Amino acid sequence: MGSDLPLAQQFVHFISSLARFDLGTSFVSRVPVLDEIMARLAVTLPLTVLSFLLAIVVAVPLGIIAAVRADRWYGAAISVISQLGIAIPVFWVGILLVTVFAVNLRLFPSGGFPPQGWGAPLAALRNLFLPIITIAIVMSASLLRYVRSATQDVLGSDYLRTARAMGSGFGEALVRHGVRNGAVPVVSILGIELATTLLGAVVVERVFALPGLGSMLLLAIEQRDYPNIQGVLFISTLLVLLIGFLADLAQRLIDPRLRERSGNRP
Amino acid sequence: MTDLVELKAPSSARRTARSLTLAVGLILVGLHLLVGILTLFWTPYDPTAMTGGRLAPPSWEHWAGTDRLGRDLFTQIMIGSRIALTVGAGAVAIAALIGVTLGVLAAFATRTLDDMLAATFDILIAFPTLLLAMLVVAATETASLFSAILALGIAISAIVGRLTRILAKRVLAMDYITAARTAGSSWLSIVFRHVLPNIWPTLSVNFALQFGIAIIAEASLSYLGLGAPPPNASWGRLLQEAQGTVYTAPFGAVAPGIALVSLVIGMNLLADGLRDIGDPTRRGRR
Repeated sequence: MGSDLPLAQQFVHFISSLARFDLGTSFVSRVPVLDEIMARLAVTLPLTVLSFLLAIVVAVPLGIIAAVRADRWYGAAISVISQLGIAIPVFWVGILLVTVFAVNLRLFPSGGFPPQGWGAPLAALRNLFLPIITIAIVMSASLLRYVRSATQDVLGSDYLRTARAMGSGFGEALVRHGVRNGAVPVVSILGIELATTLLGAVVVERVFALPGLGSMLLLAIEQRDYPNIQGVLFISTLLVLLIGFLADLAQRLIDPRLRERSGNRP
Repeated sequence: MTDLVELKAPSSARRTARSLTLAVGLILVGLHLLVGILTLFWTPYDPTAMTGGRLAPPSWEHWAGTDRLGRDLFTQIMIGSRIALTVGAGAVAIAALIGVTLGVLAAFATRTLDDMLAATFDILIAFPTLLLAMLVVAATETASLFSAILALGIAISAIVGRLTRILAKRVLAMDYITAARTAGSSWLSIVFRHVLPNIWPTLSVNFALQFGIAIIAEASLSYLGLGAPPPNASWGRLLQEAQGTVYTAPFGAVAPGIALVSLVIGMNLLADGLRDIGDPTRRGRR
């Protein structure tokens, strides 16, 4: 690692190793950092992606209902609940779920991950169930607000009024013209949310004692294991950038205007 | 200004909802503030004294029960209010100092410096507040309440900086700035007489939101064991201890969480209310 070298030399050393995808070895466990990260991504990636998908499935319909039926009691109720959802720290949701479903009902384990990992897929999924619900609850609360706001924009738009005036039913107009338009801002938020969840998995992994990337970072911080801290940060930054890139691509796929504008740029 | 408000005034039902938002926000935050100040002079029990059985459930003597050492939980939750408010105020103050200064500087600076500052803000914002704060804590030797405040303040300052830069640029493009420049105002006087007063309403709403975010982030830091060390009864640490005894005393995980959520909701409602006051053109949205 060369920790005895001057700072500038250490930095050059770090960058040149990075270019060869060599993230060094842990000060504490002497395991190559990249190997450890790959092993832990096997927990963090499924956790993040599954809770992300669940959050979308919950938040998109609820957000649209909250906007379209804002004058009904259930539309207003959805908005109030989401206000509550963004004020709740994710670890408290986790603790409450553990109290109810692991301690009282004994339906799910309160934490941990099977030692054989995905070699025991059912046990692994059972262990990931409560963490996934935890993240999905908090994530869908904030996502719902963006979906509602995008839907409100669509509802107030001229093109929707025109479509209605031309004889489309309300539902038909919303589906044919609203979805694409409303999806553009929501997709860019989805990118940010996915990145936040990936990095925010730190707390949830601690609540449920999961051997993921977050708990690796936390342990590394506690042990001042700098190669591991650097490695986790590098890989997660890479993933965050990748997610941002994919979100941009998805936006262009949805909205042809974005494609043209960038194509015509001098 | 008053005429505009009257002209665009929304339906009375919506106006009631708005003032209700602000009122509930003020009551929640005010309650925590009162409790926080009260703990400086008086608490029901000595927070470090063993005053009852271990892990006792809520009772008339101990409203929120006792912890694993028999200390009164309600006392610790009250002190938690003070700590949360201190952290929120401290972090927002630091973020405001750094963020507003750099943001205004970027708005006035040459193209290169502006681009550099803007890129820095964007990169820092790509990371969640909590993660940045964890890294600042990792870089400091010992965890203390101050290091937590400093870490959160630095993490939030990028958000404030970016917002300030955008808002300040918008103001600088106005005709009255050109007029002030022509009249010979120095850039400092333009900042204090024109830019800051104009961007303050939007900034203050953002400060209230960041206050809530800082409180959640501090609780998370304490929960992870990276916050203020034990004598400080942070809600996050109370929740972490409660999780350890969740099989024998599940009630301990409820009260600190309710306290935390009520303060954050109060702050968010306050921000919503402030925004409606500052911007009468916002209609139909919260």
